[in-house]
Amino acid sequence: MAEMKTGAEIVWECLLREGVEVVFGYPGGAILPTYDALSKYNDKIKHVLVRHEQGATHMADGYARASGKVGVAMATSGPGATNMVTGIATAMMDSSPIVCITGQVTTGAIGGDAFQETDMTGVTLPITKHNYLVTHIDDLAQTIREAFYIARTGRPGPVLIDIPKDVQNASIEFVYPTDPIDLPGYHPPAKATDEEVAAALELINKAERPVILAGHGVLISGAMKELRELAEKGNIPVTTTLLGIGALPASHPMNMGMMGMHGGSWPNHAIQEADLLIACGMRFDDRVTGNLKTYSPKSKKIHIEIDASEINKNVKVDVGIHADLGTVLRQINPSVQRVDRSAWFGKIKDWEEDSNERDILQFESPTLLAAQAIRKIWEGTNGAAFVVTDVGQHQMLECQYYSHDDPYTLSTSGGAGTMGFSLPAAIGASFHVKDREIWVIVGDGCIQMTIMELATAVQENANINICIINNGYLGMVRQWQQMFYESRYVETPIYSPDYVKLAEAYRLPGYRVEKIEDILPTMRKAQEHNGPVLIEFVVEQFDNVYPMVPAGADLHDMIRRPHPRFENMDIV
Amino acid sequence: MKQTLIALVEDKPGVLNRVASLFRRRNFNIESLAVGHSEVPGVSRMTIVTDEEEMLRRNIIKANLFKMVNVIDVQDVTEQSCVLRETALIKVEADSVTRGQVMDVVEMYRGRIVDVGTKTLIVEVTGEPEKIESAINVLTPFTILEIMRTGKIAMTRGEVMPRTNGTTKAPSNGKH
Repeated sequence: MAEMKTGAEIVWECLLREGVEVVFGYPGGAILPTYDALSKYNDKIKHVLVRHEQGATHMADGYARASGKVGVAMATSGPGATNMVTGIATAMMDSSPIVCITGQVTTGAIGGDAFQETDMTGVTLPITKHNYLVTHIDDLAQTIREAFYIARTGRPGPVLIDIPKDVQNASIEFVYPTDPIDLPGYHPPAKATDEEVAAALELINKAERPVILAGHGVLISGAMKELRELAEKGNIPVTTTLLGIGALPASHPMNMGMMGMHGGSWPNHAIQEADLLIACGMRFDDRVTGNLKTYSPKSKKIHIEIDASEINKNVKVDVGIHADLGTVLRQINPSVQRVDRSAWFGKIKDWEEDSNERDILQFESPTLLAAQAIRKIWEGTNGAAFVVTDVGQHQMLECQYYSHDDPYTLSTSGGAGTMGFSLPAAIGASFHVKDREIWVIVGDGCIQMTIMELATAVQENANINICIINNGYLGMVRQWQQMFYESRYVETPIYSPDYVKLAEAYRLPGYRVEKIEDILPTMRKAQEHNGPVLIEFVVEQFDNVYPMVPAGADLHDMIRRPHPRFENMDIV
Repeated sequence: MKQTLIALVEDKPGVLNRVASLFRRRNFNIESLAVGHSEVPGVSRMTIVTDEEEMLRRNIIKANLFKMVNVIDVQDVTEQSCVLRETALIKVEADSVTRGQVMDVVEMYRGRIVDVGTKTLIVEVTGEPEKIESAINVLTPFTILEIMRTGKIAMTRGEVMPRTNGTTKAPSNGKH
């Protein structure tokens, strides 16, 4: 006869069987039975007490992005659960597999506006891949299995499981379900048809000016080798999206770097002049396309994408292949022909050289520039760190000045652009990333959104180096105000605490750097310290990120950094 | 032409909300939605009519429906040969003088009188939506007090039918 288990115990039993090593969460009334049961499991499963439930979801997300496994966050009902919303939306936009377990008021009280009752399946409906309200203990184990399966398969994403308190307290004879999961409405696609392969090959082998657009899907599908083979065999330049960074080594001669709003001018020009785009696991977000009406007007388009609803959503394509990217590339690559495209590469080279001359690193500046700081961080980590960024100017500068040669070494909030992501995401990543240094690059605005997680970092002795790029402004917003709102800096100057003293108060080492020559020595101190370290970089306030495609403008219509040879050298 | 979709969905709490919410979230408009049990226990069947004219957007609607975990199969039957029906209950003012005239109209539309009051009649009309429109127009001069329409329901003619086990999804590879 099977053993009797409570719903709360079943939760942990199921998490163990899913291979969960760590859960990020915060207890409260409606989830208390599950926390109480944790006392029987905490030798097998690590729980991290966060300081805000948003942090729990970002940590689960950060852990998931670093490990490729499902991250787990836990919270109580009502405000505990609603605090998770930003983190869930962030994971949804970036296809990150997390499972959020929330307590709910008892089944009998649901709908009665009980204390700390919020309709969480309703609230999270549009920002989860799927969600569940478990109303009977008999369904609990199977629901948790399905949730993990849905979160990690197909296009990954967040799944929320709302468990009423009485379901956690109920008991049954527990038998873990072992039959294969069969969801009648959920079948992630596998491979391309022969016709699709032939149609794609026809376009690829005929193209004179092709460009590969590599997105997050390359990393999710683990198709880095296949992508590289396509690029090298077909002699085709590659540009990546923000989340596609690492799909091909930055130092690879065919990698043009990041495209889009703050991408390189040369990949953007290449896209506009291309006669074929091969979109691999990306979704033509407005930040990479600019004005859709003028986007890559001369090209045919192949779109390989696991989510059928992305194909033809923003950009009309000629060949849409709804399947797993790695599988499709393995189907296509053997018949890709090497074509001489030296004229095309020559053109790209010209665009690139023009950009190099405008590079901020060529400029003399009396103040420390954020770009210089980030370049130094790259230098001081031999370009091999696991970097977590927040959102804004420092994020875009990271993409421009920290070259990633390895996949899964950059974690950043792309689609949602969630300020406050980096510190908790890095704490989450630290539970998986043990063979690399973890460096957080975060602005002075962003850090103050989730700064309470410093306590979590110290409590867990998370081995993370937090670099606050402090320009005294909400930098990217200020840049928009300067460019598009006649420099009216409304509510963008932002006050910061003394970060060194703050670090001291939270009991972690804190340093302040104002000169470029102090960066590497300070980094050494951080690298020698086991545990979290905070470094504040005081940088130039009025520097901008270039190039910039203004929102909705044509992709080739970039605002460029003034050319040092022809225009004044002011960095403003 | 209006887009007509047939969706087979799992008969679980909240599924109708999920489908309706999808349309709202993606900025698509539902013209009518009819839902009820199908021939398979645990599977509900929906007929969804949208006002979307553009082919690419129609495909996106379909792909988004497909993507939902609780949606088993979706067919866009806009261009297919279908039996389309809608039923309307129409309450009309009718006293002893006008009752006969109303009944004549109902006869022409092959409708039925399903309730008779001293000053009212309830008329039931079934047919393609155009027929319902026409019946409503003709009855309007008698003073219509209430209308309840079911929304369009659709079934493809012959052997074409959606799959209740969802197996069409995997091999079709996105070419839905």
